[in-house]
Amino acid sequence: MSRRESAKAAAPAVTQATLVKKARDRIAYKPADVSPQRRLQRRYTMRLWSVRHARFLEWFYGRFADLFLALHPLWKAIGYARAERPVKFVERQVKGLMFDCRMCGQCVLSSTGMSCPMNCPKQLRNGPCGGVRANGHCEVEPDMPCVWVKAWEGSRLMRAGDAILTVQKPVDQSLRESSAWLRVTALAAQKRETGNGTAA
Amino acid sequence: MIKRPPQIDENPEGVELPLEPLPGHASRGRLERVLRRGEFAVTAELNPPDSANAQDVFERAAVFDGWVDGINAVDASGANCHMSSMGICALLTRMGYATIMQIACRDRNRIAIQGDVLGAAAMGVANIMCLTGDGVQAGDQPGAKPVFDLDCMSLLETVRTMRDEEKFLSGRKLTTPPAVFLGAAINPFAPPYDFRPLRLAKKIAAGAQFVQSQYCYDVPMLREYMKRVRDLGLVEKCFVLVGVGPLASAKTARWIRSNVPGVHIPDAVVKRLEGAENQKQEGKRLCIDIINEVKEIEGVSGIHVMAYRQEEFVAEIVHDSGVLKGRKPWKREPGADDALVAERLDHILHDNPSEKPVEMVKDAAG
Repeated sequence: MSRRESAKAAAPAVTQATLVKKARDRIAYKPADVSPQRRLQRRYTMRLWSVRHARFLEWFYGRFADLFLALHPLWKAIGYARAERPVKFVERQVKGLMFDCRMCGQCVLSSTGMSCPMNCPKQLRNGPCGGVRANGHCEVEPDMPCVWVKAWEGSRLMRAGDAILTVQKPVDQSLRESSAWLRVTALAAQKRETGNGTAA
Repeated sequence: MIKRPPQIDENPEGVELPLEPLPGHASRGRLERVLRRGEFAVTAELNPPDSANAQDVFERAAVFDGWVDGINAVDASGANCHMSSMGICALLTRMGYATIMQIACRDRNRIAIQGDVLGAAAMGVANIMCLTGDGVQAGDQPGAKPVFDLDCMSLLETVRTMRDEEKFLSGRKLTTPPAVFLGAAINPFAPPYDFRPLRLAKKIAAGAQFVQSQYCYDVPMLREYMKRVRDLGLVEKCFVLVGVGPLASAKTARWIRSNVPGVHIPDAVVKRLEGAENQKQEGKRLCIDIINEVKEIEGVSGIHVMAYRQEEFVAEIVHDSGVLKGRKPWKREPGADDALVAERLDHILHDNPSEKPVEMVKDAAG
């Protein structure tokens, strides 16, 4: 017992902060595409462009959704399940380029100022965390502008920007890697049909 | 059974038991009663031990005795591993303390969290605070998997659904809902500043009944925020507790500013500390000054003292700032039988060492 105590007394007081600091040096190098915490070191050019043009994209998406809904008979003929793969491929490429989409399968871009909330390292869907840096950058990834700071800016440009104030449900992980476009279309079509059904 | 006159906000059947339910109250805890009575509440943060010793927790809680209305049990704050908030609450509720259990979304998914909410409420936790949690990169184990299955908002909504609609997120029924007072965190000192008051509105819509803020060192900024919060009519729906805490030195202030996410410390504060002879004293003084300014702001219902590793100063800070206005928060007192045992033990150990039967016989004979 005395030995343990004396050892304790002899050891210099190492604080948590020191340990963290030491560990930081050891793990300083991280290949960008290995950790889910670190995105490819990019300049976020397209993502920021999308936010700046949130109003145009909102208008465009409105037309686009109508088009998809108009194509409902076609999707039905092909079968939504069979259309899933090619549509998902296109969706991934397009939204990947424009918003750095992470294919959560339940797009809320219209409610988040055209800034994809899944790019937030904490995947927050309801607003910025308390850790945003004074320069508006992310707490976790110091080089990245906070997704939610951008979302707020984008939403101010949009016609229906106040959608940012609605409380979003938690992400349904079972919808990951599926096409949000097709789901929204299918739901809209269903709603239209049942709506007509009750009216008639 | 308590053999002494019961204190205010105490169940006479036993300190660890929930209080009588009151109309309009979500929980059966002490903190909600204090706030709803319109009193200026004081909460403090317990520094969780890195040990498996219950005594450590009791000692750390005893420092706050009679000075605070609620003790926050932090859930691995800063992503540093410590005793869990669940464990701390289990120990403290048993002793009658009013605990505020923090739940961070960083470490557990929705299945684990909902289970913990039920467990905590069953143990007598009356207040649950829903947080997003710091990123894992901030802590001692940056290699951990960040879960973030829910976020603070959907967590609030989940617990509110469990309480008010008596069902899980899945819709499955609960037989007894968790009667908890729901809390959330706010940070008026981080961008986007325009959005922050609206975010509080969102949190209230999701279920927040009280909020505790991040460390406040910039009172004008808080005033501006509170003005907007009042204009939105949010102070009627939610109790705002402002986070305060002493800074140990100018060096600490600088370190916190650059290393702890979300803490905003203006240069003036650092300068004031630097200029002081005894920086620790000055830090405490500064904290008291801030409290004195904050308590005057309309809509502020209390303070949340986060005196990390200076917990012994909490009593002094609360006393010197006079926020309690002579009120005495609940204080843990030994039960009647405990006092009897302690007195007897004291007697045996110190006053009269010859209580062994053999010696008593000898004494009688001699």
